[in-house]
Amino acid sequence: MKKNTKLALNIFCLALLAAFLWWAQDNLNGYKVQVLNLVAVNAILAISLNLIYGFTGMFSLGHAGFMAIGAYVSAILILPAAQKEMMYILEPIIWPFSVMHAPFFVSVLAGGAVAAAFGLLIALPVLRLGGDYLGIATLGFAEIIRVIFTNITPITNGALGLKGIPGYANLGWNYFWCVVTFYVIIKLLSSNFGNCLRAIRDDEVAARAMGINTFKCKAISFAIGAFFAGVGGALQGSLITTIDPKMFNFQLTYNILMIVVVGGLGSVTGSMVGAVVITVLLEWLRFVEDTMTFGSFEIAGIPGMRMVIFSIALLFIILYRREGMIGGYEFSWDSVAKRFGKKGDA
Amino acid sequence: MLKIENLQVHYGGIHAIRGVSLEVPMGKIVTLIGANGAGKSSTLRSIAGLIKSKTGSITWKGENIMKALPEQILESGIALCPEGRRIFPQLTVLENLKLGGYARKDKSSLNDAIERAFASFPRLKERSWQLGGTLSGGEQQMLALARALMSDPELVMMDEPSLGLAPILVEEVFEIIRKINKEGKTVLLVEQNAFGALNVADYAYVLEVGEISLQGTGAELLSDNRVVSAYLGG
Repeated sequence: MKKNTKLALNIFCLALLAAFLWWAQDNLNGYKVQVLNLVAVNAILAISLNLIYGFTGMFSLGHAGFMAIGAYVSAILILPAAQKEMMYILEPIIWPFSVMHAPFFVSVLAGGAVAAAFGLLIALPVLRLGGDYLGIATLGFAEIIRVIFTNITPITNGALGLKGIPGYANLGWNYFWCVVTFYVIIKLLSSNFGNCLRAIRDDEVAARAMGINTFKCKAISFAIGAFFAGVGGALQGSLITTIDPKMFNFQLTYNILMIVVVGGLGSVTGSMVGAVVITVLLEWLRFVEDTMTFGSFEIAGIPGMRMVIFSIALLFIILYRREGMIGGYEFSWDSVAKRFGKKGDA
Repeated sequence: MLKIENLQVHYGGIHAIRGVSLEVPMGKIVTLIGANGAGKSSTLRSIAGLIKSKTGSITWKGENIMKALPEQILESGIALCPEGRRIFPQLTVLENLKLGGYARKDKSSLNDAIERAFASFPRLKERSWQLGGTLSGGEQQMLALARALMSDPELVMMDEPSLGLAPILVEEVFEIIRKINKEGKTVLLVEQNAFGALNVADYAYVLEVGEISLQGTGAELLSDNRVVSAYLGG
């Protein structure tokens, strides 16, 4: 298929998405719009973790930490000075955080950048570790971030968290960032640098023998993943307008990891599909936590039942379908054209 | 010329290489034979910079490369074709080759190198879009050799290229090694298949428990009683 045709198809799909979002904004109820927003944010988080884990083979459990950094940086930047002064009741907010202010776009960018900087900082010592050890070290990092954020009260307002964050993160912004994230990561993966990352995942020693500076490649991949995790965190903060350190616990990382594994490790399409399916199911399955009546029996609702179902589903996917829900399939216009013959070009 | 003097390598508490000295003159095939665990692979990995050792010296074209990074050593003209082929199974044949030429920064020389690889290994061209992991053992070995040649090295180090191949393919591999050498590449070959290796080699070293125990031309060692009884099953 010609390059121009593909470009036209991509633009057409983006236009379709934009039209749908524009329609959804006015015609769907607030709850459904919120689910759509969460799909976009989760897709950003999933693809960023997939870059680190699925494509580079670094088992990282530090995503919640990067999200926390992104969310706090962005929130402090978009909260008006007067509101910040009022909110910090335990200890007054210190300068320069008290007066910092930036537009939403810049604040999200800054959130990502600070997360990426921390990503690089921890990459230096921990990327020498492999496999499970890296998982433990990054999990520890996320916990450290959480504890620090709870305790630097003059900057983060401690355990009280930040409330009333301006809700700029509407459908437009979230999907804009989602498209940007996917564009950057797809471009990255289709370059020779992307091949290097996959080579490192498959066989690090062989990659080094090819003259690839594996440490540098891993650090860059980790930092880019951290950047988009920070972006996702920033968007989520503005979306739900309230953040506190407790929110960024291991459960959050686990949810993203679930999307990545269910969608398929090392599959961009998988992360996209996984984000949609898991986010929608997480909401739709809420009914299992309600009180249920079977004839004369009545079963009291069990909070957390959803997660039990998800954990069992994840177990089965890991046991019987390692390559994920869509079987490691990667979407491309060429494969669509092949399947539908000439019709695909139309 | 590659010259190694008194190289010593420790793995944790194990003294794997205990003072190896050898020379690889330009344009020759030099082989290093020996049993499992004699330290053959460790020697190659030390030269490639994948293992760092503190004692001894490795001199390449008059420069000490003991402290150089793997990518610097590759750029200086030494390529390693690692043991067990180590193809990237999830990458296509073409992508595998591209990674072999990773050190090349300009695109046209990379494309030339790919064309040359396809010319020497036509079967790889047929399978350029296939994933590396789906190739047969023989094809994977061809790919590993082609990949090592992608950086257009002066010295190619091959770690057991005949490992796990059918006898007919083993012969083909040795034929390819001869051809690579005729095209002007210096070859340092590590083998367990002593007979095949000694047949192609200009000069040979026998490594035993981390030390060079014998050396001589390929023909000399082929007729040496000690080599025959220990490695050729005579």
